[in-house]
Amino acid sequence: MTTLELVEILVRIAWLIGAVGFVIGLSRMNSPATARNGNLVSAGGMTVAIAATAILIAVRQANSTDTFGAAPWLIIVVGVVLGGGLGLYTARTVKMTAMPQLVSLFNAVGGGAAALIAIDDYIRLVNLGSAVRIDENIFIVLDIIIGSITFTGSIVASGKLQGLIPGKPIQVPGGQLVTLALAAVTVIGALFLFVTGTPNLLVMVLILAAALIFGVTMTLPIGGADMPVVISLLNSFTGTAVAMAGFVIDNPVLIIAGALVGASGAILTKLMADAMNRSVMNIMIGGFGGGDDAAGAAAGPGGSVRSIGADDVAIQLAYAQHVIVVPGYGLAVAQAQHAVRELAELLEERGVDVKYAIHPVAGRMPGHMNVLLAEANVPYPQLKEMDDINPEFARADVALVIGANDVTNPAARRPGSPVSGMPILDVDQAKSIVVIKRSMGKGYAGIDNELYTNEKTGMLFADAKDGLAALTAAVKAL
Amino acid sequence: MSYDEINGLLTALTVFTLAILVGIAVISKVPATLHTPLMSGANSIHGIVLVGAMLIAASATEPISQVLSFVAVAFATMNVVGGYVVTDRMLQMFRKKPVAPKPATDDAEAAS
Repeated sequence: MTTLELVEILVRIAWLIGAVGFVIGLSRMNSPATARNGNLVSAGGMTVAIAATAILIAVRQANSTDTFGAAPWLIIVVGVVLGGGLGLYTARTVKMTAMPQLVSLFNAVGGGAAALIAIDDYIRLVNLGSAVRIDENIFIVLDIIIGSITFTGSIVASGKLQGLIPGKPIQVPGGQLVTLALAAVTVIGALFLFVTGTPNLLVMVLILAAALIFGVTMTLPIGGADMPVVISLLNSFTGTAVAMAGFVIDNPVLIIAGALVGASGAILTKLMADAMNRSVMNIMIGGFGGGDDAAGAAAGPGGSVRSIGADDVAIQLAYAQHVIVVPGYGLAVAQAQHAVRELAELLEERGVDVKYAIHPVAGRMPGHMNVLLAEANVPYPQLKEMDDINPEFARADVALVIGANDVTNPAARRPGSPVSGMPILDVDQAKSIVVIKRSMGKGYAGIDNELYTNEKTGMLFADAKDGLAALTAAVKAL
Repeated sequence: MSYDEINGLLTALTVFTLAILVGIAVISKVPATLHTPLMSGANSIHGIVLVGAMLIAASATEPISQVLSFVAVAFATMNVVGGYVVTDRMLQMFRKKPVAPKPATDDAEAAS
């Protein structure tokens, strides 16, 4: 056995170790106690696989008669430093509130890299000019299509969450027709390539362009509230694209890891959609408020809104027995996690029982609000999931809604509204309701919240952080 | 396709199919709290595409290939490094679970 053969074998084993690390890591991430360790196991597997690849490349070059020069290493080292530096910097500096869009961005570049591998391979085949084997052809085309869709789709999703692109559903001119036409171009182009079998750069570029635009038109019409599910779905797509890339360059670890993420991502997407009581199909086709706006108008009389001052709210809170805090994205944006914890502790010292009602999609993603409150040292047992807390609202003296909107809208219980069918927190059952909100602006669903016109509701118009600070000061002064 | 080619394809497809089944099995009933970190963790794993990007970079001789593989390497590394770091940051926060009310009175007083 030559040195090269020995190294090739050892590298294959290292890749297998990497794959095992991914599986163990992912399964340990199912439970809060082992999750962090699971992520480290997965990162360890990744390190082994990448280091082995670098050694393989070095040994191959040493054993080759071709002179490669420094170019390949320059590409790899500069690419790794640049990409790694960018990833490290953004991941460490991002505010926890903006974390979902960053994950989406990382997903975009992963899908982009997978598509680039197939494009590169196809250019090589075009230069060779000979017929392409059908299986290779299929994997290349699928990799390019899926990778491109997830690349642009994830960027749009990220832009929507960041507010660079309006979060509301955007109707593409021609709507479904454009999407259908793009889908037709990719399918016909792909079939053409499969049937002829000869490499055709022009058709490939056509497919690539259609898939890139398809990613945009697919994601634009989806409302911001559904974005977490979309990101999870695109995450699963990227996994599939990476598996396809594994077939293209005949690499087992890409196939294993890609298929693993593709499948687990699909299951996770379904779990997330279930938590919102929506089906994945429904989200991809419709989107919030995607239908006619007439439905929203049917949502009852406007009613008047009662404004309330911080001092009045402070009295209500201080002399209550049970208070339920309903945190939403507004709280996260205002960085008011610490302010709310401070107020809650002050109330607890006075003997008030304080709990937090966490809607499954509070914040921007499932579990996002738990992360934010944990960051502010809110005791874990006080965080209650929707099904546990809903029966308790009737006993609550005050429900304090901070920057949450659509997840509290009673209109969701009736059909005919854009939020219909979405599970909500039964805030309107509380004896008294206080809403801290900057203005009467609408939520992601783009409709009025009937909770605000409820006669039990007082509106404290303030930024979440300022409002909470005023409340804390007022409670102290009592 | 020759017998050997079909054989190789079937081996790869076998691995692919079994990995899918493992992927389905490995996600059980996850508490909603962990949905976001779990998604982010899975997101880092497909950064394995870096292995592929490095391999095409190693054999890139044409300028166009060099450019494509460079972008692929940079993209994939960003996926890997950023993915793991941000996931770890998220999970770090779940470490301290049921804590007794912290000495927050100090905070509150300091803030007032």
